[in-house]
Amino acid sequence: MKALNLIPVGDPADETFTLNLGPQHPATHGVLRVKLVMDGEYITSAQPVIGYIHRMHEKMGENRTWAQYLPNTSRVDYLSAMTYTHAFVGVVERALKIEVPQRAEYIRVITSELNRIASHLVGWGAWVMDLGGFTPILYAFDDREKILDLLEGICGSRLTFCYYRFGGLCNDVDEAFVSGTKAFVPYMRERMKMYKRLVTDNIILRKRLEGIGPVSAEMCRRYGACGPVLRGSGVAYDVRKAEPYSVYKDFDFDIPHYPQGDSMARYLVRMDEIEQSLRIIEQAIAKLPDGPTMGKAPRIVKLPVGDFCYATECARGRLLVRVTSDGKENPYRVRLRTPCFTNLSLFEEASKGMLLADAIAFMGSLDLVIPDIDR
Amino acid sequence: MKTFWEVLLGLKSLFTGLSITIREFFKPTITTHYPRQTETIPARFRGHIQLTQNPDGGASLCIACKSCERACPSACIIVEGVKKTDGPGKTVSEFRLDFGTCSLCGLCIEACPVKPVKAIEFTKRYNLASTTNDYADMDLVQRYKDLQAKKS
Repeated sequence: MKALNLIPVGDPADETFTLNLGPQHPATHGVLRVKLVMDGEYITSAQPVIGYIHRMHEKMGENRTWAQYLPNTSRVDYLSAMTYTHAFVGVVERALKIEVPQRAEYIRVITSELNRIASHLVGWGAWVMDLGGFTPILYAFDDREKILDLLEGICGSRLTFCYYRFGGLCNDVDEAFVSGTKAFVPYMRERMKMYKRLVTDNIILRKRLEGIGPVSAEMCRRYGACGPVLRGSGVAYDVRKAEPYSVYKDFDFDIPHYPQGDSMARYLVRMDEIEQSLRIIEQAIAKLPDGPTMGKAPRIVKLPVGDFCYATECARGRLLVRVTSDGKENPYRVRLRTPCFTNLSLFEEASKGMLLADAIAFMGSLDLVIPDIDR
Repeated sequence: MKTFWEVLLGLKSLFTGLSITIREFFKPTITTHYPRQTETIPARFRGHIQLTQNPDGGASLCIACKSCERACPSACIIVEGVKKTDGPGKTVSEFRLDFGTCSLCGLCIEACPVKPVKAIEFTKRYNLASTTNDYADMDLVQRYKDLQAKKS
């Protein structure tokens, strides 16, 4: 109840009222409902109510074979579908000790990083739109369109890619993808400069974000927050460096982190991450080896009895897929530890005593994807 | 003093924004004016499935092995076959796709054992929006015959 002292108006017990933010509010970017107890313009408690888009992704895993679960992985966090498929494919490969060809691993890294850029662009554009700037989302979607065109050319789908398979990829990349990606990297760097001048240096944005929603590293640890939220609090933790999967240890890249812990820090982390992703793509395209894109995988996948897990760094943080197998054709249990769920958990504590308009800015900084919370 | 700097920075932000907007104003438009213009659909586009046209003409390549039916995660494919009258093996008599539950993942095509040309392929149709439900139930054998008649 200490946070209540921040509120400058009368006795909160008499003045408060309940306000529902969502489930159809545009600023929640989906069907998330937040039950706010307001004292005038100030929030005394914000309780997220989840489950409006619960689709039983974990339970569905128990009712289908290992390969049949692949399309589901693209639909949990639809904005960074590649990294989700990567985690699920990775856990099966680890359990069966399938050797993945180098070319397939490099293409996985390139497509994952392209997907990460696309995801950050949507998050960035939608967030700036929540803050009242409409134009940046149009520029962001123009750039994202270029990425989606590249990915559509190789896997045939624009959002729910379902591109990775156990042991490799469903089809090889073509020359158009390689040359298109090579051309995209310098183009995107130019655009990032423009975004910096247009949005990042804009005084209105800075006033809206600086000092808003402070999240300490200690709070992140208590709630298990990860990804840009954790890195915005000064902790340089990234799964790609901490426990390198795939071929990430071959590349030279930094982990952007800022110690301020406010919304601006999380904003800057995302913008820097786009540039780091471009660096990774540039190196991977230059080193792209020849060879097959599909390793030796059994036709009917059956995992040995036991527990297996695999973590990837998706656009919003650490995704861990843990599967339990009883040796049958279907998984016994599929558990997805998703970053948005833990990032949302700290919202209730961090938003106490905040202005409602600032809480919207703070929620945007968490970059939530609602099916990822509900699964 | 602080206010003065803020006003100055605000003006700078304003003019940077305006200069970018004016520059973008004279660039060619990036939107596709859909009914009048259309995009080219990439070769690997994943539309709904159909039976591949037999290059030699005649019956479909499908051997009614039900591999696609088993591979489908949403169980939206129904395949029935009858024994061939001329020679061994089966030929497809019914191939239904419930497009309403299809997730367009392409696992059915990967499971198809027919070589060298797979018996099912993706279409490039995307204008599939409808106000009724019956568009979703697709009879692919009928579609195969219609397309074949159109070709010849």
